[in-house]
Amino acid sequence: MIKSELVQKLADENPNLFHRDIERIVSIVFQEISDGLARGDRVELRGFGAFSVKHRPSRVGRNPRSGEAVHIEEKWAPFFKAGKELRDRLNGAGRFSQADSQPQPGPGE
Amino acid sequence: MTGKTITRADLTDAVYRSLGISRNESSAFVERILDEVAQTLEKGETVKISSFGTFSVRDKKLRMGRNPKTGEEVPIEPRRVITFRASHVLKDQINDTHRQANAAE
Repeated sequence: MIKSELVQKLADENPNLFHRDIERIVSIVFQEISDGLARGDRVELRGFGAFSVKHRPSRVGRNPRSGEAVHIEEKWAPFFKAGKELRDRLNGAGRFSQADSQPQPGPGE
Repeated sequence: MTGKTITRADLTDAVYRSLGISRNESSAFVERILDEVAQTLEKGETVKISSFGTFSVRDKKLRMGRNPKTGEEVPIEPRRVITFRASHVLKDQINDTHRQANAAE
């Protein structure tokens, strides 16, 4: 699924709103997450997951082809960790906690 | 760098401030967007949001792990995990602001 498909789906569900308004809503939500991360904030969406920024200090790397040492500048990398509820949804809720006693139907079963 | 935590309430506020819809409606949209992303991933499908990033589902095979406390070998069951790959736009935005903030210190 791509963003325009997400927008279309929400637009179909909300015929009272303009398509461009839905587009703005979707953009704003992801932009707000991006802006937060850019400010160094953490974004915590219970049940869905958390976005954070990890700092990678500068280091001396190596060009794997020539073996030459190269300086790699420090950088900041966005990171996402799926929330428990989402992880459970993906694996069929309760599948692991009760795996031994009574297996739950998992995906594809 | 403010170092605070953004929650659903902040996303709702952002929607509410920029559109002429109620706070309740704004909150429902935020929820609906997150749920649609989750539902799509649940189906095993990839979700690609341009200039933000891509969420995808990966299948992990059964492997043997070890309880670090007891040293006991335990099987790690096959499972599905989510990976997020940030787009270049997002990576650049984060690196630009962090570099500027560091330079200003």
